[in-house]
Amino acid sequence: MVESRHQWKAWLYLSPAIILLLIFTVWPIFNTLRMAFLDGYGNMAAIGGRTFEFGIDNFVKVIDYKDFLLCLKNTAILCVATVPISTILALLIAVALNSIKPLQKTLQTIFFLPYVTNSIAIGMVFAAMFNIVGLRDGGTNAQTWGIINNAIEFFGGEPINWINAGSTYTANIFVMIVYIVWNALPFKILILLGGLQSINKQYYDAAKVDGTRKFRVLTRITVPLLSPMLAYVIITGFIGGFKEYSSIIGIFGDKMSAPGGESLNTMVGFVYDALARDRQGRACAAALILFVIILIVTLINNKFIKKHVHY
Amino acid sequence: MKVVLENLTKIFPSRDKKSGQEVIAVNDFTFEIPDGQLVGLLGPSGCGKSTTLYMISGLQKPSSGKIYFGEDDVTELSTENRGIGLVFQNYALYPHMTVKQNIMFPLQNLKGKDKLTKDEMLERTENAARLVQIDELLERKPSELSGGQQQRVAIARALVKMPRVLLLDEPLSNLDARLRLQTREEIRRIQKETGITTIFVTHDQEEAMSISDIIVVMKLGVVQQIGEPQSVYDDPKNLFVAKFLGTPPINVLEGKVENGKVYIGDDDVLDVAGVEDQDVYIGIRPEGLEPSDDGRLNCTINNIEVMGRDASVVASNSASLNPVVRAIINSDVRIDTTKQTIKFNVKPHKFFLFNKETEERVYFEVN
Repeated sequence: MVESRHQWKAWLYLSPAIILLLIFTVWPIFNTLRMAFLDGYGNMAAIGGRTFEFGIDNFVKVIDYKDFLLCLKNTAILCVATVPISTILALLIAVALNSIKPLQKTLQTIFFLPYVTNSIAIGMVFAAMFNIVGLRDGGTNAQTWGIINNAIEFFGGEPINWINAGSTYTANIFVMIVYIVWNALPFKILILLGGLQSINKQYYDAAKVDGTRKFRVLTRITVPLLSPMLAYVIITGFIGGFKEYSSIIGIFGDKMSAPGGESLNTMVGFVYDALARDRQGRACAAALILFVIILIVTLINNKFIKKHVHY
Repeated sequence: MKVVLENLTKIFPSRDKKSGQEVIAVNDFTFEIPDGQLVGLLGPSGCGKSTTLYMISGLQKPSSGKIYFGEDDVTELSTENRGIGLVFQNYALYPHMTVKQNIMFPLQNLKGKDKLTKDEMLERTENAARLVQIDELLERKPSELSGGQQQRVAIARALVKMPRVLLLDEPLSNLDARLRLQTREEIRRIQKETGITTIFVTHDQEEAMSISDIIVVMKLGVVQQIGEPQSVYDDPKNLFVAKFLGTPPINVLEGKVENGKVYIGDDDVLDVAGVEDQDVYIGIRPEGLEPSDDGRLNCTINNIEVMGRDASVVASNSASLNPVVRAIINSDVRIDTTKQTIKFNVKPHKFFLFNKETEERVYFEVN
């Protein structure tokens, strides 16, 4: 402990960090809470001198709103589908990467590239890949332009309208899932590979002496020993999934839907929309609801982790 | 199951590509381990003893040479098909499994005609646990066990599938002194009870001597001497073996043989026959030095260390290669410490000559 007559010095040294935290973290959190509970709060109206009643009107409005439930549904679908798929894929890729010696560094770099690439840029590339079934040069023959449909045709399948006008919600969501999984892989692979490399090789020697089959080594030894890292990527995966937004813009543009199709808007998108329409109160209420959902999911994850993770 | 090693050699490629220097970890090792014996591979670190063990286990492939279990050539056989049990230096117990799950794990891997029912597995697990006396601890996790208990679990796991050969890598190095004594007795007992041919690796000569039927002393990949512990101690083939075995270590002094007498400095300490005149290293076991008024080796007394049962005279001699010359004597013998010098007679059977160039033993007859 610092002696009490020197305590002001300690506070002085801490003050730059504390002041920044107060301005940019503590106050916004407090302000979010305040605005969420002021009925119908909007910045412009506040500047205009209007006063607001304290109440839960914002929450009621948000939940009543049809768009909100749609956003919640989209977010939930994307989360529930992408987190398990990307975690399992990342695990398999990390195990494979860890077990090969030649070109390991090169392959690691390749797998890590999506992480350092802008997600809007990736989205545009994906949009091109999943592009169109349509009419080219005013002709009468339907042509596929995207590489995915080219591949499907090459193997004798029917091209699918993935993201263009008239595409189905299922096709749209499928593209989003592929995109998000692919985008989430590098970080997970990095964490899991780091975990794998810190596992004592003797466990594998012991397993070999015991004549353990490869799949059993994976499920009975690798996965349990890797469970702290798996827990980490699953929890951060869910949190990231609930904050999904820019990936959809990347593929579908700021309308967040295929032309004429159902909206793929997410929770974060809903918050941004409300902010853009000067409905700060509702935006804050939606953000708080998102916060509570993430909290609950994380608590459930934690409960599961306590049971199955071996530190 | 006897284990035969035939010209076993392991060469590691050089790490440093520029120099291209290969490392010969084990060089032309030939040895037949009789069935049911406890064999200690002994040597300083880097002598190739662990490499030898891992080649027998199949986790490392020999560069050349053959390994036989009984009549079967297992050189090309993979680890899991050799029927070995291996106890790792750090035990390598699976930390997320209970003791029971750890011991049962090898059994669950069995397939085909060897496949066991749940009850059979449980019975064999319990038998193995009882053998190493950990049947009380089956539901614990390895992290809840002491080092000695973990060691026993590792041995139980290695024994549960009834291996043809049991291999132990530095089995006692992670235990404290008291536990080490206890555990080495335990290993001896388990080996006698099961009758499984057992090979263990250690750098601790006392450990190897105390429990082995046969010890193999190695240095820089080359086997120096193989034999029963007592006979290797009593009859070392070269200076390295003489120095490596025995606590306190053997006294080594410079000297020469001239006209049938062995000289240390100006003292002629022993009359010998059948040895040509030459410069030699002289090895004298601490128990081979007897203080005596008519002793022929003169040393300066430093001090006496009393250990109860016996005492150790710490002296110095300018020809000694060790910092001190040490003699172990019965504590009943009184030494006059007021005098500066002490005279010793040597016991011929505790007295060895080694050629100064080759460091090989020079045999002599006592005259």
